Amino acid sequence: MAKLSIDNIKIDAIYSCVPSQRIKTSDYALFSEAESLLFEKTTGIKERRVASKELTCSDLCFKSAENILTDLNVNKEEIDVLIFVSQSPDYFLPATAIILQERLGLSKNCMAFDINLGCSGYVYGLSVIASLMKNGLRKGLLLTGDKSTISTSFNDKSTYPLFGDAGSATLISYDEQADKMFFDLHSDGSGKDAIIIEYGHSRFPYNSFLDEEREYEPGVIRSRNHLALDGMKVFNFALKEVAKSITDCLDFASVKQEDVDYFVLHQANKLINDSVRKKMKLTEDKFPMSIGEYGNTSSASIPLTICVALQEKIKNQQLTMLFRGFGVGLSWANVLLKVGPIKVKIVEYD
Amino acid sequence: MNMNIQELLDHIEVEFDEIEKGTLHANSSIRDMEGWSSMHALILIALVDNHYDVLLTGEELKNALTVQDLFDVISKRKA
Repeated sequence: MAKLSIDNIKIDAIYSCVPSQRIKTSDYALFSEAESLLFEKTTGIKERRVASKELTCSDLCFKSAENILTDLNVNKEEIDVLIFVSQSPDYFLPATAIILQERLGLSKNCMAFDINLGCSGYVYGLSVIASLMKNGLRKGLLLTGDKSTISTSFNDKSTYPLFGDAGSATLISYDEQADKMFFDLHSDGSGKDAIIIEYGHSRFPYNSFLDEEREYEPGVIRSRNHLALDGMKVFNFALKEVAKSITDCLDFASVKQEDVDYFVLHQANKLINDSVRKKMKLTEDKFPMSIGEYGNTSSASIPLTICVALQEKIKNQQLTMLFRGFGVGLSWANVLLKVGPIKVKIVEYD
Repeated sequence: MNMNIQELLDHIEVEFDEIEKGTLHANSSIRDMEGWSSMHALILIALVDNHYDVLLTGEELKNALTVQDLFDVISKRKA
C-alpha cells in the first residue's frame, strides 16, 4: 500500500505560468450555441489559455521557476534536485529536467529527471521530491504542467475545448520544523485506454504509423496520433474513486474533514468536483476552482488553482489542505499537508 | 430507501434545462430529448449518484431507454 508520511519538508513558494492567449468556449466553431452553453455548464470551462506553436510546457515551467528564484532570492547552488512532471516533454530524449537544470543556471551537482504522469502528476511529483529530500537535500524544484493543446484534434469535440496549457514551479526546502505530509497513491492500468495517445512512441512509432483522421462517433473525429478520451469511463472512475480515497487519506493523517481548510482537486470537470463535494456534504468555498478561466491544465491544475483562488489567504496564513490528482493512467493520489504562509504568483509568458 | 419514479422525473426536469416542467413521463425516452449528447449522459450519471448513491455504468445508461428503465436499474442496484 503506497501510503507515506514524510517529515522535514516544507513548501516555500508556488508559481504558475500561462500563455496570454485566451480562447473562449463560445468561440469554438464546431459548437452550436446550445452545445457551448451545455459544455460550459457541465465542465465549467468558459475559456482557457493556449500556447503558441513555439512555446512548450518547459518554457512555462522555466518562467515559473525563474520568477521564484529571483523573487525569493534563492541561492541556486542550494537547489539539489529538480523534477519535471509532464507528458509533453521537449524531446523524445534527453529528459527535459536536465535541459531545465542548465537553463535555470543550476549547479551540476543538482539531480534532475522527468516523471511521465498527467493529472495525478503534481501529487505524485511532490511525493517523490519529498521522499528524496527528507534525508537532507537542501532545496528542490518541482516543475509540473503540460502543453495539452498540441495533442488534441480540432475536430474532436470531446477533447479540443477541454484543455488549457500551463506550467508551474514549486520550491521545496528541508526544514526540521515542518509539519508531516501524508500521501496516499494509487494506479490502475486496466484503464489505460480511457485517456490515451496511441501513436508516437515505441508501440506505434510515428514514422511507421502515421494515421489519418476518422470519425469514431458523431463529433469525435481524430487520428490515433491525437489524444483520445473516453469521457464516460473517466467520469465513472473519478466518481467511484475520488470521494472514497479522500476519506482514506484523511483517516491516514488522523485529520477530520472539518479541520481541512481547502480541498484542492485536479480541475478536470466541474461536474466531477461538484459531485465529490456534494457527497462530502461540503460547501463550494472549500473547493477552490481554476477550470473556468484556464480549462483542464493537467499536472499544473493544483498549483494553478492555489495561485488563482487562494493567493490572498495563503500569503498570510498556514492552511491545512488536501491536494487530489486523478486521471490518465489511470492514476490517482492524495496528500494532506499544511502550507503557508508562502508567496504564490501567476505569470504570463509568450 | 423508498423510491418513487415521480421523484426521479422531478430531479431530471430540474437538472435538464431543455425539458419543460411536467412534460417528462415514465415512458419518455431520455435520449430522444432534443440535442441529447454525451454531456447529458454525464449529468444524468452525476444526478443518480448524488441522489441515489448509485454509480451507473455507461452500459447501464445505454440500455436504459426510458425513465422507467432508468428507475428500474437504480431500484435493482439499491435492492
